[in-house]
Amino acid sequence: MAADLTSQGTAGRPSEERSGKGPEVAVDARTPQADIHARQLAGLDALELSVGQRRGFASRLWSGIWPVASAIVIVLAVWQGVVLAGWWPEYVFAGPVTTLTELADRMGEAEFYGAVAVTMRRAVVGFALAIAVGLVVGALVSRIRPLRRAVGSLITGLQTMPSIAWFPLAILLFGLTESAITFVVILGAAPSIANGLIAGVDYTPPILLRAGHMLGLRRLSLYRHVILPASLPSFLAGLKQGWAFAWRSLMAGELLVIIANQASLGEQLHFARELADSAGLLATMIVILVIGIAVDLLFGAADTALRRRWGLHQVTT
Amino acid sequence: MTAPLTPPLTDPLNGQTADRAARRGPAVRLESVSKVYGHGTNGLLALDGVSLDVAPGEFVCLLGASGCGKSTLLSLVAGLDAPTAGTIEADRDRVAMMFQEPALFPWLTVSANVEMALRAKGVAKAERRSRAAEFLRIVHLDGFGGKRPHELSGGMRQRVALARALAQDADVLLMDEPFGALDAMTRDLLHDELERIWRERSLSVLFVTHNVREAVRLGDRVVLLSSRPGRVVRDFPVTLERPRRTDSAEVARQAAEITDRLREEVLRHGR
Ligand SMILES: Nc1ncnc2c1ncn2[C@@H]1O[C@H](COP(=O)(O)OP(=O)(O)OP(=O)(O)O)[C@@H](O)[C@H]1O
Ligand SMILES: [Mg+2]
Repeated sequence: MAADLTSQGTAGRPSEERSGKGPEVAVDARTPQADIHARQLAGLDALELSVGQRRGFASRLWSGIWPVASAIVIVLAVWQGVVLAGWWPEYVFAGPVTTLTELADRMGEAEFYGAVAVTMRRAVVGFALAIAVGLVVGALVSRIRPLRRAVGSLITGLQTMPSIAWFPLAILLFGLTESAITFVVILGAAPSIANGLIAGVDYTPPILLRAGHMLGLRRLSLYRHVILPASLPSFLAGLKQGWAFAWRSLMAGELLVIIANQASLGEQLHFARELADSAGLLATMIVILVIGIAVDLLFGAADTALRRRWGLHQVTT
Repeated sequence: MTAPLTPPLTDPLNGQTADRAARRGPAVRLESVSKVYGHGTNGLLALDGVSLDVAPGEFVCLLGASGCGKSTLLSLVAGLDAPTAGTIEADRDRVAMMFQEPALFPWLTVSANVEMALRAKGVAKAERRSRAAEFLRIVHLDGFGGKRPHELSGGMRQRVALARALAQDADVLLMDEPFGALDAMTRDLLHDELERIWRERSLSVLFVTHNVREAVRLGDRVVLLSSRPGRVVRDFPVTLERPRRTDSAEVARQAAEITDRLREEVLRHGR
């Protein structure tokens, strides 16, 4: 707000200098004056709510696309350069043109979409279960103090464990089945998700807890109306990280656990290597990369939307 | 500390208030309340033997320098923190508080923030909505219900916090420098509104401020706290007739008296 708009003394300033000076406004003129005040107040409020300038759709689209486009061009150029350098023969390391043609061919076949569907189904199921496990563990650990000491650092420890190291055990327990893959995906993603929730609960601003308490929210209702919403940004960050871990675990799993009649992206990678199909291998890798990035962008968009809603977004330069 | 402990005046000159107080007992009573933050030699004595009564329907303003323990006192009364010594009597379920910062929930709209006060009381959704709108109208923020707190100015947020505190329909209202961030014009307007609401609902208000004139404008009593440790130094009754105006000569005169007294306190500390 602007500085004091009337000549009244501000907080803490000695105020006697005004005493007895100046004409007194009649007290009974209060009501119409209060009305004027109210209207002036509305005017001030309107002035304060600055209207943000929104750029046009085309310019926003362009500013979003050009960095990505130039990155792709750079990667393709380096790739082509390496191929032209001739360190490897073309049948070992296919060039971008061969690979992209192969990818285009595959995208015309139903088999390709079948493989993507199988992989995505596994990813979604595994990630959904990981969220459930992460939520339950995170909620328990953040609320129960003794559990916190016992399990808190264990969760962080689990996060540092390379997921591929779980597969021998998973295969022993579940055999060469999808359950083995799901098991490792959950173990890969759940710790990050749980940690995100725990951090969010820990960093709930105390003033909001106090405000909730004053409003009469206690225990479960405080958790539901204050603590959980307050931990949402941190939880979302946990989800994003959890997704990266889940996707990696899934690819490791699909390379190791080959299930008959279940064509998947990992399996395609495996057979492309067996058959020394360089273009096919690289094409599959591109698909894996693109899916991973796309889902990550989704989480990024959710995060941005949340920050915008809460007024946490930073000033863009 | 050399500040003499003047016993707080227990005889507010407002006859009607005294009458009600006698019938029901004080709305808030602090008896020799002390608060130490930390432990041992690192401990900080924030409040030292504070005794203070707020009669039902009384408007008490707490005045004191920064860091003298005003916020601490309010959070003790609110039950957000426990005193180290002494007793506090207050019906905790009937106490609402406005914090020094707005403390709004950033994930809720302005209206939903106000509704949260009603939700905890189990008010039905449709009624919550209409009552929230009414409280927003009282603080002159009608039409802003759909905004998020970060879209408002600091002063507007503070008004939302006031609406939320009022929506609690409490008997005792604790206010921690609620209008410090407002410009004088808005402050005047909200003084009028607060006074009206206080009258209509016969609220008991404990109002913290740095501003002597604001204290005289609003209070039945102005209680002066000393710094480090916080003690009640003096209890001034304000007998000016209401409605008062912040810029009236009477308010200025009384504020000057209190300011002089405040200066003496500061000087005593300097020695
Ligand atoms: N949680 C805490 N832990 C330790 N010390 C604290 C804590 N809260 C307050 N204090 C100390 O207690 C003293 C009183 O603080 P308090 O916030 O009550 O002051 P105040 O009168 O409200 O000040 P202001 O007018 O600046 O808001 C200060 O010296 C402060 O440093
Ligand atoms: Mg304070």
